[in-house]
Amino acid sequence: MLQKIVLWTHKRTSNWQQMPDWLSSLLVILLAFLIGALFIIAIGASPLAAYGALLRAAFGSVNGFAETMIKACPLLLAGLGISLAYRAQFWNIGAEGQIYAGGVCAAIVGLYLHGLPTFAHITLTLLAGMIGGALLGFFPALFKVRLGVNEMITTLMLNYVVIQVVAYLLHGPLRDQASGITISPQLLKSAWLPIVVERTRFHLGVLLAVGLALLIHWFIYRTVLGYQIRASGENRRAARVGGIRVNWVIIWTVLLSSALAGLAGAVEVSGVQHRLVEDFSPGYGYLAIAVALLGNLEPVRVIFSSILFAALLNGADAMQRAAAVPVPVIYVIEGVVIVLVAVSIFRRKGSL
Amino acid sequence: MLDQIFSVVFLTGFLAATLRMATPILITALGEMIAERSGILNLGIEGIMVLGAFVGFWVSYQSGDLWQGFLWGGLAGGIIGALMGIVSVRFHANQIVTGLGIWILCQGLSSFLNRRIFGISSVRPQLPTLPAIPIPGLSKIPILGETLFNQNIIVYGTLLLIPLFIYFLRQTSWGLHLSAVGENPRAADAAGLRVEWIRFLATTFGGMMAGWGGAYLPIAFYGLYTDDLAVGRGWMAIAVVAFGRWSPLGMLAGALIFGASSALQYRLQAMNFPLPYQFLLMLPFLITLIFVVLFVRGGGGPAALAKPYIRTQSE
Amino acid sequence: MMSDKSPSVIVMRGITKRFGSVVANDNVFFTLQKGEIHGLLGENGAGKTTLMNILYGLHQPDSGEILINGVHSHIKSPHDAIARGIGMVHQHFMQVPTFTVIDNVILGLQPFYRPALDRRHARQRLLEIAHLYGLSIDPDAYIWQLSVGDRQRVEIIKALYRNVRILILDEPTSVLTPQESEDLFHTLRRLVENGLSVVFITHNLEEALAITDRITVLRNGKAMATLPSVHATKEELASLMVGRQVLFDIPTLDLPDVSVNEVLSVEKLSVKGDRGSLAVRTVSFSVHQGEIVGIAGVDGNGQSELIQVLAGLRAPYEGRFFIKGREMTNASPREILQAGVGYIPENLEDALIPSFSLLENAVLDTHYTPPFSRNGVLDFRNIVRHARALIQSHDVRVPDEMAKAAVLSGGNKQKFIVARALARNPQLLIAAHPTRGIDIGAEEYIRNLLLQKRKEGMAILLVSTKLDEIMSLSDRILVMERGRIMGEMLREEATIERIGMLMAGSEA
Repeated sequence: MLQKIVLWTHKRTSNWQQMPDWLSSLLVILLAFLIGALFIIAIGASPLAAYGALLRAAFGSVNGFAETMIKACPLLLAGLGISLAYRAQFWNIGAEGQIYAGGVCAAIVGLYLHGLPTFAHITLTLLAGMIGGALLGFFPALFKVRLGVNEMITTLMLNYVVIQVVAYLLHGPLRDQASGITISPQLLKSAWLPIVVERTRFHLGVLLAVGLALLIHWFIYRTVLGYQIRASGENRRAARVGGIRVNWVIIWTVLLSSALAGLAGAVEVSGVQHRLVEDFSPGYGYLAIAVALLGNLEPVRVIFSSILFAALLNGADAMQRAAAVPVPVIYVIEGVVIVLVAVSIFRRKGSL
Repeated sequence: MLDQIFSVVFLTGFLAATLRMATPILITALGEMIAERSGILNLGIEGIMVLGAFVGFWVSYQSGDLWQGFLWGGLAGGIIGALMGIVSVRFHANQIVTGLGIWILCQGLSSFLNRRIFGISSVRPQLPTLPAIPIPGLSKIPILGETLFNQNIIVYGTLLLIPLFIYFLRQTSWGLHLSAVGENPRAADAAGLRVEWIRFLATTFGGMMAGWGGAYLPIAFYGLYTDDLAVGRGWMAIAVVAFGRWSPLGMLAGALIFGASSALQYRLQAMNFPLPYQFLLMLPFLITLIFVVLFVRGGGGPAALAKPYIRTQSE
Repeated sequence: MMSDKSPSVIVMRGITKRFGSVVANDNVFFTLQKGEIHGLLGENGAGKTTLMNILYGLHQPDSGEILINGVHSHIKSPHDAIARGIGMVHQHFMQVPTFTVIDNVILGLQPFYRPALDRRHARQRLLEIAHLYGLSIDPDAYIWQLSVGDRQRVEIIKALYRNVRILILDEPTSVLTPQESEDLFHTLRRLVENGLSVVFITHNLEEALAITDRITVLRNGKAMATLPSVHATKEELASLMVGRQVLFDIPTLDLPDVSVNEVLSVEKLSVKGDRGSLAVRTVSFSVHQGEIVGIAGVDGNGQSELIQVLAGLRAPYEGRFFIKGREMTNASPREILQAGVGYIPENLEDALIPSFSLLENAVLDTHYTPPFSRNGVLDFRNIVRHARALIQSHDVRVPDEMAKAAVLSGGNKQKFIVARALARNPQLLIAAHPTRGIDIGAEEYIRNLLLQKRKEGMAILLVSTKLDEIMSLSDRILVMERGRIMGEMLREEATIERIGMLMAGSEA
């Protein structure tokens, strides 16, 4: 019986190859939510109530939608970065650390650079975040191309290191002495990203991120470096034979990738928190992996997958309140999504 | 401060803790080595360790029997390993992506169940941990005795696994089949070996070992469960496999180094070493990072590692 | 030795096999008699290997039946085939390089429930078999240490160790020196004398005539005829094989003036291989304008490493090389391309990005230069024009330039790669195995293209394992063996025997 089911699903899935990618992505989402529903049923709650609460919280009001979008923003930026890196076959799982590094650098510039006009200060704050992220990505990239060191281990270990550095800074040098908890003082007002939709927290960074997604789409398909990133990832040897400096391309790709993750951290600090906070990322860097993969590493599609995961993140609390479904269910759904994506889209290849 | 570090008491405690902390990494790495030798790169073992830790803790807590908990931790890992096996062997999925998914899935699942079952109260339920069993006579040898002969039974068992694994790999047809499937699946297929089946079994076994590696943590060491109990250890195990060049003895050396980095953290913490707390916490990860950059370079490993095998693609 | 009354050990009736829309075998009939060497002759892609893979259980036929010793048989797997006494030596050896000879021979033989290995017994039996059939081998050597000839012998021993009575050999001589081929023929005769039957897959007419008792010719998946070798002629077989008259004459070439314009000059170059030992040992030679220099040799004698260095893909260990007088010893692939080199790598896969369209593949080696990009942005108008020109002028058969490279046949891929390399107007073309594994039409086309470019003054370095290709195209021939150049000769001086001696490592 079991064998029959496996054979049947196998036959079905063989046809997935002919299916357009976007359709398999939709099926993946559907299936992931179905499996999530099974977990919800297993703990004795109602999946309809849970998902209903989730949807209402995420999209049911202007404010809810704005909250979803400001969570989509770092997911989108980091997801774009991960897409770039994975296209070059650089398995960056250090976006979380890069987000924190970006957040710290942005906070320092936002806190201490006095007397700048708003536009200049915001630009410098975001730029600082990008540099912070890029610095953190640079070393794993260098070790990878020069020494052949596995980038997954190095980028992941750096996550843990950076998060402790942030904690240290917030317990010491950057701590707001007036506050009872470990947070930094507020950034100077000139470093705050302006609000776009009144009476919500919908800030300019969201539009910036969507704009960047379109720009990166153009970059990947229309520029020399974009071409080289794709070529290097698809077939390293052929890229080298064609005269592409693959190592150089990888380093640039990772710099861009981690700068985008750093930007995600900077946007979160300057647009939402307005200060450096411990644990300011609820795992954006890890969720962004699923965001990028579900978007099939296509920048424009990553916009949609980032909104999906942001809705999950945003609605999770409501789901907990309405149906007593613990928040981590979203990570279960995330994991299921990635596994299903591996089965449906990234098949039959040792690499991407 | 320095004389404190070089004292016999410190050294003894440090070495004993090193072996204790190396054990879960070694158990997990041995399993991962088997999976990798068959050609399946399971990057999800970090998550499987977390799940094994949770299930091990939960069952132990419910049943009051540590061994039941340990057993079920491994079984839970085996189920996830089997899932990894089906997805990568049967469906030829990209193993890196699948592994990432398994990692996140298991972490989410453990955290989900933990919240559901134990809530988020600040008082965490506790377990008595496995007792150390001093081996009469031998445990009295200074420094070494405490290190090698006054450990819990899982540590002894893991050390015994090493010669067993060496024998298995070198002197049995099973070991031969395993390596053949990972080095050249086409040749193994032509020799009549069931490539998919062997890979599936190896991956399931790898998952089970990772589950046990994780279950060790609450049962034999911490006596409690938190979501970040196993953090980083699965990835360390992956590094250990590559460092040990896929051979049990080399992996023992690697695991001891990582065990030492964790042990050092606890020892320094216990003696109020004048370094900010956060730097102590990052120490194992920093050491792993430096160690990987210095000693774990690319290359080597089974030739067909992470490459799906599809028979009809021949020609 | 063989008579028509010999019983048929294998009868394959009406075998049809499709891969997607391609019909690999179309209603094929094939019989193998006891004690014969049966040649299976055909071009690349004629369906020879597919037919035998079906007999060996690697593929299942879509229709048709197989009789082994008169009994209907359904061969489900290689395991099944071996159990019925059928063994196969593949073109790519089915061996685990990191294992010893013994471990490879006993792989898969032990029952699941008795896992402890008995290598001593295995060694003894292996040596007995080797002795019986005159196959010399060191049972404890690692496969990766062995020469190709030795590895082939391991494959044969593996089959014999499994008590195989029917042995299929897939293009066994394509990797051997002429002398090693003679040894193999000797072994095969010894096998049939002992009552075994042999299927010998080949595309080489002369070989088929030399060693086989009967020949079955396949073309486009169909069996054209089966005839006794003693009555067959080369011309007859050739026209059965390709469906038209084939000329065996080598075109005559006017001699190039090699006194002028040295384009490539290699001085005492040594290169380390992947395993750290020297793969190329102090090699020196030069290639001039309007000249084709052919490097002959059995695969794996340092040719790959040599051309990888010349293409900038591998660092040399010692020595230097110059292109048009400029030292390029440690130059990058890009610098070498820009110095006027066109490069056709030995593997098709190393020249194309499978998921890219032909449009994008057309500029893999030029996309970073005008007119295909400006200021880091690709100019697709020029790229489209270029890609269409490549496809049309060289008759690459594709629907359009938007097709993905992966969908092309081997011959069309190679035509595209050659076209792309030539479009750079290189002064030096490095062509590694330009006709390997492609159909005869594309092969002819590429050979003629090389000759034409030579006439136009291009310097060409040709590496090939096909002796006929080397001898019909090259002005000068170098023979490589274990990393050394064993000899150099002009085309007029070259004979198969002489090259064969050098390929086998003896100074002629």
